[in-house]
Amino acid sequence: MEIERGKVRTREEIMACFKDGQTIAIGGQAGAYMPWDLLDMLEESGVKHLTICSIDACNPGFAISRLIENGQVDKMITTHIGTNPVAQKLLAEGKLEVEFFPMGSFIEKMRDGGAGIGGFLTKTGIGTDMEKGKQIVTTSDGERYILEEAIHADVALTRCRRADPLGNLAYHGTGTASHPVMATCADISIVQCDLYCDLNEISPDDVKVPAMYVDMLYTDSREQNHIIGRIKRNQLEGM
Amino acid sequence: MDNRRFIARRAAQYFNEGDTVNLGIGIPSACSDYVDPTIAFQTENGMIGVGPVAKKLAICDTYQNAGGINFVPVMGASAFDTAYSFAVIRSGRMAATVLGALQVAENGDIANWASPGRAFGMGGAMDLCNGARKVIVAMELTTKKGEPKILKKCTYPLTAQGCVNHIVTEQCVIDVTPEGLKLVEIRAGKTPEDIQAQVEPTLIIADDLKIMDEE
Repeated sequence: MEIERGKVRTREEIMACFKDGQTIAIGGQAGAYMPWDLLDMLEESGVKHLTICSIDACNPGFAISRLIENGQVDKMITTHIGTNPVAQKLLAEGKLEVEFFPMGSFIEKMRDGGAGIGGFLTKTGIGTDMEKGKQIVTTSDGERYILEEAIHADVALTRCRRADPLGNLAYHGTGTASHPVMATCADISIVQCDLYCDLNEISPDDVKVPAMYVDMLYTDSREQNHIIGRIKRNQLEGM
Repeated sequence: MDNRRFIARRAAQYFNEGDTVNLGIGIPSACSDYVDPTIAFQTENGMIGVGPVAKKLAICDTYQNAGGINFVPVMGASAFDTAYSFAVIRSGRMAATVLGALQVAENGDIANWASPGRAFGMGGAMDLCNGARKVIVAMELTTKKGEPKILKKCTYPLTAQGCVNHIVTEQCVIDVTPEGLKLVEIRAGKTPEDIQAQVEPTLIIADDLKIMDEE
């Protein structure tokens, strides 16, 4: 039985992974192609004091913002909350801690977290507040760089287009975005797939994230055919 | 043509055939309506070859730009992850970026991610300002209250130091030069004195000051 279902897990099994105080990396950007079902589970689990790592805070009323509005989030590590006045208000009131990074540095920190690298050097942010509290490294050619350190999360929630029972992942278009990076940066990597494929149905050349990075898959075959319509509805309701 | 489209159309004239460019949200995003078809647009979530806004059947949840707008990819488009996308930006492969600003300083400093009491985040702007070969600011000359946005020194948190090349507004075009800010184009009906009254630093007036095209 265990072998037949590969890495596919039930809602209950996935929700059992969520604990208070975890750092959770979430793929997707601007409320586009989010791992909706996994976010619903995180919300339903009711865990608190979370640190959320994501590109942005989405729009009020849905996705990551719902976790913030529920008081489940203590801290955001992000690049942008401009689309979310609720998060901005909580930040101004001191009820939400927000750590901003330039998007290129943010995603590279997460990539390093999944690549066994301690950090990297970037010119982005030199001469700005991004220098504060960070080590500045001068390389042998005399150039000044900010040392940005890797981020490793407890749990990653991402989405992909196709997954096979082993957990090999393939993506489509801008459905790639931050997902393959976030899927590698956590102790427990949980992936929502649109299409659950047979073994070898995904060409080895199309696999973007190899299976060893993936711990759990979630797919809801009953809803697969309606998934795009459902996302559109979620978005409309959220806007 | 409204002022915002007027600014976008002028900013788009800085692109050269075959360039790959990145457009910010707001006024800059309208630049794509005024360009040569050889220009490729990047969206920083991870695609080069962003085409027109998608409608009806072409709407697809795996072709959305960094602002969440559905688009149709053009022939020859490529998709990649966000880490790759910023490798492209930081390594100088982006010919130009057009972005809005809250403040621009005499030396080309730009501030566009936070103001006193309100921080909304820099998104990809810091990487773009450092990595793009040409940084074009497309904005209205002053704030809605008429306060100057072009200053001797930025007072808001900086996005990047000394990176701006051109400032395109509804009243003028200003180049950032080693000698200071140079007024190179002006809207018909405005005088250099009108512009000077709305900016803090002293402007150098170009010898060949041009009138901005209206059509």
